Amino acid sequence: MNWFFRFMNSSVGKKIIMATTGLLLCSFLIIHLFGNLFLYGGPELFNTYVERLASVKPLIRVIEVLLALIFLFHILNSLWLTLGNRKANPVKYDVNRTRDNSSFFSRYMGITGSIIFIFLAVHLSTFWYKFQIDHEGGQFYRIVTGNTVGFNNPYITGLYILAMILLGFHLRHGFQSAFQTFGIRYNKYGKLIEAIAVLFWFAIPLGFVLIPIYFGLLKGGF
Amino acid sequence: MQVFLKVWRQADAKSEGQFVTYTVENVTEDMSFFEMLDMLNNQLVLKGEEPIAFDHDCREGICGTCGLFINGRAHGPLRGITTCQLHMRSFNDGDSIVVEPWRAEAFPVIKDLIVDRTAFDRIMSAGGYISVNTGGVPDANTIPVPKPKADEAFDAAACIGCGACVATCKNSSAMLFVAAKVSHLALLPQGQVERKQRALNLIAAMDMEGFGACTNTGACEIECPKEISLVHIARLNREFLKASLI
Repeated sequence: MNWFFRFMNSSVGKKIIMATTGLLLCSFLIIHLFGNLFLYGGPELFNTYVERLASVKPLIRVIEVLLALIFLFHILNSLWLTLGNRKANPVKYDVNRTRDNSSFFSRYMGITGSIIFIFLAVHLSTFWYKFQIDHEGGQFYRIVTGNTVGFNNPYITGLYILAMILLGFHLRHGFQSAFQTFGIRYNKYGKLIEAIAVLFWFAIPLGFVLIPIYFGLLKGGF
Repeated sequence: MQVFLKVWRQADAKSEGQFVTYTVENVTEDMSFFEMLDMLNNQLVLKGEEPIAFDHDCREGICGTCGLFINGRAHGPLRGITTCQLHMRSFNDGDSIVVEPWRAEAFPVIKDLIVDRTAFDRIMSAGGYISVNTGGVPDANTIPVPKPKADEAFDAAACIGCGACVATCKNSSAMLFVAAKVSHLALLPQGQVERKQRALNLIAAMDMEGFGACTNTGACEIECPKEISLVHIARLNREFLKASLI
């Protein structure tokens, strides 16, 4: 197991953990957005969908625990890397024209990630909590579109939209960066990775953003 | 023309440094950046002041000795050149120019604009070479190397170890430097014997020297005077992954 700890402790090993957990979290986005799309089908369809999920609760719980662990690894690992990087670069330049040599998205991964984390905490303590414990007898659709924790609450909607835009920024760099870390960005798969990246940094965040816009701003009109 | 310099001055590794401003007159656009500094240093010596210490050797962009952080860019504002290849025609009359040494924990300042880059030498001695029995010079082309591979290996071998990649990286990562060494030898038949161990040892040495981790911002590729590509970092990651897991 010596090789394993050496690998995990190395800078490249830590990056590989970052990339693996990041891509796993990306795959969760697809499933989550797929579920959210049921909202457009109206209260009945959405409530039935959520109840269907509730019928496979043990499986959902296992997935939730796995997801939490992946999140935890991704976050703690990023903190570990950031601390190391700060130590490697303690004295800043008086003038540093970073704009000339790197993208905005690549330089602010920590900030976009941190705001997404705050959103995640709010998201879990509102939607997730309500869905699991306090769902008023299966009124899932009403929770989502309502004005307590739902999209008729301008704060919830505002944070949701902001976080999804920043998620797009995060994945604009993160998705392709993960493949660079695996060493497979610049080969015959390069173009394919670039195309799939657009799905993750643009299409999926847009899909999420449209939900609060439709159910909050257009339909609800708080 | 006349330029206003703001230069980092530091007496030695232990002293605290500070910026000192100088006005340099009679600068011509044909002067190299270093010739402008030489002129300033002459004036400082005549005044009985300590000249500005900066690293330089070949002054034709091949030795990798020079390296200044000029107006927020490693080796100055142009791409694909070392500091010694920068000329004053890249600046305008009346410009203010901020000149700083490379900043990285692994590159401590020795004096003024000179940093200690022996960390790179220690990384190289951890495996940036091939072991061969010395003897008579073998005939050319006894070991066939396909042209595309030779070209790619040469692109990596163009690394002069100046440290601009580390200097510009927000994490002071030495990945482009290490990638150039690993990629260069991994592409050639002569590098195969020690291929796995090289990737592992160079990464371990890089981490031990206190360089940061790569965030794939790509700044190194832009600032590298030899324009070494991120493709080589991808290969380094692949080499390390294969050597670690397989």
